[in-house]
Amino acid sequence: MSELIPYIDRERPDTGLTNAKLGIWLFIASEIMLFGAFFSSYIFLRVGAPDWKTFAYGLTDPAAIHAPAAHDDHTDHATENASTADTPAKALATPTHISSPLHASIPMATINTIVLITSSITMVMAWASLVLKQLGRFRLYMSATILLGLLFLCIKYTEYSAKLAHGLTPGMSPLMGMYWVMTGLHVVHVIGGLVVNLYLLIPGSRMWKTNPEQFTGRIEVAGLYWHFVDLVWIFLFPTLYLL
Amino acid sequence: MSTESPEAFKKHIRGYILVFVALMILTGMTVWVSSWKVGVPIAVAIALVIACTKGALVATVFMHLKSEKPIIFYCLVLTLILLLSVLLLPVATALLTMTNNAG
Repeated sequence: MSELIPYIDRERPDTGLTNAKLGIWLFIASEIMLFGAFFSSYIFLRVGAPDWKTFAYGLTDPAAIHAPAAHDDHTDHATENASTADTPAKALATPTHISSPLHASIPMATINTIVLITSSITMVMAWASLVLKQLGRFRLYMSATILLGLLFLCIKYTEYSAKLAHGLTPGMSPLMGMYWVMTGLHVVHVIGGLVVNLYLLIPGSRMWKTNPEQFTGRIEVAGLYWHFVDLVWIFLFPTLYLL
Repeated sequence: MSTESPEAFKKHIRGYILVFVALMILTGMTVWVSSWKVGVPIAVAIALVIACTKGALVATVFMHLKSEKPIIFYCLVLTLILLLSVLLLPVATALLTMTNNAG
């Protein structure tokens, strides 16, 4: 294979890189622009809305959303907002009292941030184990990375289920639509990374016996992609949930 | 990096663990700072500074960008210029609209 496709396990003299490494960086560059376009759209919607929190609920009148209850569950805003507009006692809220429809998900999103950052260190440790010629440790760290990725998806599933149960659907407002598109696209990337990592852990690791250099390179490239997925979440977390 | 001796390479592993601890602290800070009662521009600035610090740590240490070849930097600099243009476009549009409305 290495004769058919040159420079997959050794560096090209002109770039100083293997083709795989240059390829993944070019792919990451294209991915930066893909997510960048969505971030740009989100900023445009946020800056353009006179009162973005009201806009996030798909409404034009802030009084249509009543003040949040003590437990600050988005149920209070999302499922009742249509009926509260005509209830004078409940229509006393001002925009400052309205919380974002995503604020109730902050604990879950914080846990997911911790999970993804932890998976990044286990991924880099998996690669480091191969550099130190420790295949057993590689398997341990790669398994941990996959399990953490699955945990991220499970938490995301819980978050999505709660959102749908409370009527916070993509069609609710353009801002909620952006939330679903941006987090959904990120979830697709996590699933893609998990499939690659799973392949490299089970059938792909046979290459370690025949070509350890190339296998280490494959793990490095898969790691670069996985860290990029983590990097995107680092920016999605404050942008969507905290601000 | 892979041509280094195992002892020298273990120093990098210590660096990964330190970055991991720093990322955890910064994540806690992000949540803590978001509870501050400050204006939107300050909140956005603080959140962006912390997110950029975290992103820089992941890119330079976990993604080995600090010891990468120049060609990758050229690609990334071009990407970042284009990204900044795309991100600043909506801000510029909003400012123009506000100026037109005021006038």
